[in-house]
Amino acid sequence: MSTTQPQFSLKDLAGNSHDYPRDKASVVCFVKEDCETCNTAAPVLEALHKAFGDKIDVLLISQSGEANTVFAERHDLTMPLLDDRSCKAAFEWDIESVPSVFWIDAAGTVQSQFEGFVRSDWEALAAEMSTTAGLPAAQIDWESLPAWRPGCGSKHLDPSVYDKLRAEADGSPIRARKIEVAPSDDVAEFMFDQGFSDGLPLVPPTPERVLRMLSGTHLDPQEVIASVPPNMGIATVEKIAINAVMAGCKPEYLPVVIAAVEAVCTDEFNIHGVTATTMGAAPVMIINGPIRHKIGMNMKLGALGAGNRANATIGRALRLVVRNVGGASTGGVERSTLGNPMKFTMCFAEWEERSPWAPLHVERGFDPEDSVVTVFAMTGGPVHIVDQTSRAPDQIAGSLGLGLEGVFLPKMRNLPVDALLVVCPEHIDTLTREGDYSKDRLRDQIQNVTTRPLTEMLMDENSGAGISAAAAEAMGPDAMARSVPKFAGKEFIHVVVAGSDAGKFSSAFHGWATGAVGSQSVSKKIDLG
Amino acid sequence: MTIILDPTDERVPVERQVSKRSGSLSGVVGFLDISKPRGNVMLDELERLLAQKAPDVAIRRYAKPTFAKPCPDALRHEIRDACDYVVEALAD
Repeated sequence: MSTTQPQFSLKDLAGNSHDYPRDKASVVCFVKEDCETCNTAAPVLEALHKAFGDKIDVLLISQSGEANTVFAERHDLTMPLLDDRSCKAAFEWDIESVPSVFWIDAAGTVQSQFEGFVRSDWEALAAEMSTTAGLPAAQIDWESLPAWRPGCGSKHLDPSVYDKLRAEADGSPIRARKIEVAPSDDVAEFMFDQGFSDGLPLVPPTPERVLRMLSGTHLDPQEVIASVPPNMGIATVEKIAINAVMAGCKPEYLPVVIAAVEAVCTDEFNIHGVTATTMGAAPVMIINGPIRHKIGMNMKLGALGAGNRANATIGRALRLVVRNVGGASTGGVERSTLGNPMKFTMCFAEWEERSPWAPLHVERGFDPEDSVVTVFAMTGGPVHIVDQTSRAPDQIAGSLGLGLEGVFLPKMRNLPVDALLVVCPEHIDTLTREGDYSKDRLRDQIQNVTTRPLTEMLMDENSGAGISAAAAEAMGPDAMARSVPKFAGKEFIHVVVAGSDAGKFSSAFHGWATGAVGSQSVSKKIDLG
Repeated sequence: MTIILDPTDERVPVERQVSKRSGSLSGVVGFLDISKPRGNVMLDELERLLAQKAPDVAIRRYAKPTFAKPCPDALRHEIRDACDYVVEALAD
């Protein structure tokens, strides 16, 4: 072996600094107080120090913090016991277990290295030290010592310690500004005060947590995913990861959040308008493909509600990115008259296996094996559609249509506005009880049952919304004699399947301004590397 | 001490001073209608009043393609190059 080790400067128990490299031969040994093998080795190290200390430095580096003193007193150590409670030296020297011994010559070259207590290793070390120092052998009763005893894992390999060290190391991929929160400040309160929160508590995005989050994607942390309106803030993978940590995501959710950020920051989706509108729109995310199962998303009982970590935190992470990276704070660019709870989070998976139709992502041109996020700008929902008694397919399709009458206002028709229908399994069973019932047939029936004469849209004493008398006159009696359905085209009706097997309750999300004037739904494939 | 990472875009907004008021009204005023219903009604009335009270002012009318999206860059630049002042009609 012929390597050099990184430099360090550590303090002993008296507060004196000891630097490495040394100007003479040295033995450096990493120990911790609660390691039985380290306690076996300690008297040997003390004997080596006493025998050769004038010519060879023997340095112990201990990981046990306050208990370092206990260790030193237990063995009456007279050699320097250096405090490495942060484990930074252990991390940089890249050891695996303690005791870990390095025998280093005066030039700083490692001559030998071993771990644990293999008596022959220690005897060989004592002999080499004796030769190098030109001094008699150390007085050690080797026969009283165990022939072999394994060491303990170095404390720096504890995941919580290791991630922190990795985050602080020179090669760390972290580039975001580090904010030091004073010990007297409560971190949760500090983040509220800084305006980072959506109103709920956040997980502190420590460097080590963000590093763990970044392990969820193969993408480079500094890769730019999008410019986020309204401030056109640059959303790097790292910035998205920071917000995903705060939202409570697991690392394996990160690729979904990244795809969602990419989707909403397109000109088509127009997250600026979705955020700013007084009407109060929010992105609704639907996840399709194998990732639903891989990260444990809920598509069944309570899919649109609370209780599933992936559903809840992925949607929340997207909102936090728009808030923190895009700068869309409530009362700032976020101008919603009332808002809605979807502005916290709204994300669910489609129960593709329970659906008689092609999944949403396949319908939109992706392969079934692709994992895809689709975002819709929605202003209301989920609004329940209750029908527990229909037994014929067209009846249930009709009820689903009537359940959409409330989009914008029941009297408003011919709307160029998206609606997202979430059909529950029991309604699916009724739809398909006589055989195939295509999505298009469902859409046709929705349009059919909602078709009414245009005259019903006239402004009247009960509602000033709709067509004015002047506009009706301009359109002419023939045009006003027409009947129109709820939606300006059936392509505005989007349909997915989710929910538990029990219960005849479907649900609908109501859209915002759809199309080039407002927002168009966008699907993005999730990059899983 | 806890260290957390900044979740924002880390940019500090540029601070700008409000332009000095000359006390008189002249030059070119741009009227930007964001295309919400009745924005034109408000701007028509304002134009009428300005023509009465400040006849030297030239008025140019502009409209956003849709109120639901930010003003396109080309239109913003056009207004910047042609106008001394802008009045934006926001509401319905």
